[in-house]
Amino acid sequence: MTADVSFWIVQALNALQLSMLFFLLSVGLTVIFGLLHFVNLAHGALYALGAFVGFTAATLAGSYWAAFAAAPIVVALVGVLLYWALIRRMRSAGPMNQVLVTFGLIFVFLDVFRIGWGDIALGFAEPELFSGRSELLGVVYPTYRLFIIGLGLAVLAALSLVLTRTQIGAIIRAGVDNDAMAACMGINVERVFFLVFCVGCALAGLAGAVAAPVLSVTTDMGTAILIPTLIVVVIGGLGSLKGAIAGSLLIGFVQTFGSVLAPQLAAILIYALLAGVLILKPAGLFPARG
Amino acid sequence: MTRLNRFLLAGAAMLLAAPSVGQAEDYKVGLLLPYSGVYAALGQEIDDGFMLALKERGGEIADAQIEVVREDTEVKPPVGLSKARKLILQDEIDVMVGIVSSGVLGAIRDFVHQSGTPLIVANAGNDDATGARCSAYITRQSFSNGQVNRPMGPWMFENGIKTVYTLAPDYAAGHQMIDNFKAAFEEAGGKVVGQEFTPFQTTKDFGPYLTKAKAAGPDAIFVFYAGGEAISFVKQYASFGLSEEVPLYGSGFLTSPLYVNAEGPAAEGVIAGLHYIPTLDTPENKAFVEAYTRDHGKAPSEYAVQGYDAGQALVEAIKSGATDKEALAAALSKVSFTSPRGPVEIDPATNNIVQNIYVFETVAGSDGLTQKLLGTVEAVRDPVNGCAM
Repeated sequence: MTADVSFWIVQALNALQLSMLFFLLSVGLTVIFGLLHFVNLAHGALYALGAFVGFTAATLAGSYWAAFAAAPIVVALVGVLLYWALIRRMRSAGPMNQVLVTFGLIFVFLDVFRIGWGDIALGFAEPELFSGRSELLGVVYPTYRLFIIGLGLAVLAALSLVLTRTQIGAIIRAGVDNDAMAACMGINVERVFFLVFCVGCALAGLAGAVAAPVLSVTTDMGTAILIPTLIVVVIGGLGSLKGAIAGSLLIGFVQTFGSVLAPQLAAILIYALLAGVLILKPAGLFPARG
Repeated sequence: MTRLNRFLLAGAAMLLAAPSVGQAEDYKVGLLLPYSGVYAALGQEIDDGFMLALKERGGEIADAQIEVVREDTEVKPPVGLSKARKLILQDEIDVMVGIVSSGVLGAIRDFVHQSGTPLIVANAGNDDATGARCSAYITRQSFSNGQVNRPMGPWMFENGIKTVYTLAPDYAAGHQMIDNFKAAFEEAGGKVVGQEFTPFQTTKDFGPYLTKAKAAGPDAIFVFYAGGEAISFVKQYASFGLSEEVPLYGSGFLTSPLYVNAEGPAAEGVIAGLHYIPTLDTPENKAFVEAYTRDHGKAPSEYAVQGYDAGQALVEAIKSGATDKEALAAALSKVSFTSPRGPVEIDPATNNIVQNIYVFETVAGSDGLTQKLLGTVEAVRDPVNGCAM
């Protein structure tokens, strides 16, 4: 193995970039889990929807930023529809029914993508502003990937500010902790749920639009990312921001360095990590509720 | 006349009429392709190519009626097998055409072979299908994994590439493509300084592998990726700036015309080998590209030409006077004709196609990316690979 320092810096940046993508996806999922006790397996499909909407917006407007703006808004609107049509009704149906319904939704979305965008993989370009490469820590690294890292950190900072320093954050934390008690205190828990669900959907859509220029846009991209995202959520612990970031970093670094150091094991390392964490801490590393 | 008598008479009339209908030869073709699932786009291209061949050349066998029955494999081997059974036992087809995935081909091979139904493979490239597991009934009009990649070894070595790092997805086709390239490249005198097989369909971020490949310091990187993975790979290769330092070579599926425009400028300069490119300068290809583009509003890909040639092979076999399944199978393993991709024939030793492999560079054209022909390796024939008919 190479002893070159810059090699390891680049790999660390790769890991960080992947972690941030997982973070954008898992944070919405984990808070929806924690707050609504709702298992939304269609979260990956919303991510794919963000990529497809982004593709259309970027192609129509001829600019990446159209995708960046349109994807979270459109996906949040679809989230509103889902909430009113399905999720509200399924709230008390129990986890098994929720899993079945949202699992079915995955296939509905798959066919919607096929009908709307065809079967051939698509792609769109990164913005001019972030194309090319930059120098950082003595290594040359793709600028757009730095942008993803920056965006992930910005979302993390914004969310932790909102959750710890604002009234709405306090309400959400109260809801996660004990929703019945929060409702007794006069908080409209249902409205908070709705808001959190929409934000979660918007973040999934944003992740789709942000990932699309690096990856390709395919109908099955949502199902492919769902499993590592669920692993992030389970490792981190349901419902906590701290858990989402810890889980994302762990999975991002294990996956990246796994594929460098032990390529034969790359495909199974994150599952081994999942098993290990569940044996030592069955509730995940930082569960919202002790 | 009683009512019963009238029915009897009508029945008798039908019986009398039936042989005259059957005088012209009727052929029933079963198209077994993925019309849903990840390869649905490929299935459609093959179908379109096949129907175009029947439309253009149907006149040559005007007294024969060809009926087409379609079934969807969903890219699942068990589904493919049950659909193959349905086509052969229930629809009683005379010829089967299609099969995109080698997994599906592996699943239906024994049943097709034992039923004695001729099968024209229009994509699936597993070397074994025309090697150790070859069949007198199965001819391949597409390519074999080895055939596409072997010629790239000597070609790259002769063009000054002495050391190569290889990457491919970790599944049967990925290994066959790379193993064949590696053997041919090393035989020519080159050296593979490192290789990696990435987890199939779960690898989204190639950054770690690219960084590692670059650190090995090869003259070039040779890869096989297709579909969504090809798009991600080519874009990430460019974004890391590797294309300026280490040239990217590959199996031609990497920059297939089907999705090269999704790769964008990142694909410029990638050199790859394939059995067909739409820019070939031959009268057959120009006519084919024009007809296909007129019908479908886009240039054909290698998948369309595979379907087209499967149709041409069928027409040639029928023209030779074959009427039953046994005779059709025998005729299909003797066909030779000039395809849009150049002269093609079936090698009777393996039933695999013998065809040219084109080395091409992806370059910017007047409307989007196009293929510039760099070299032609003529009449590439697979070794027998343990095939005994």
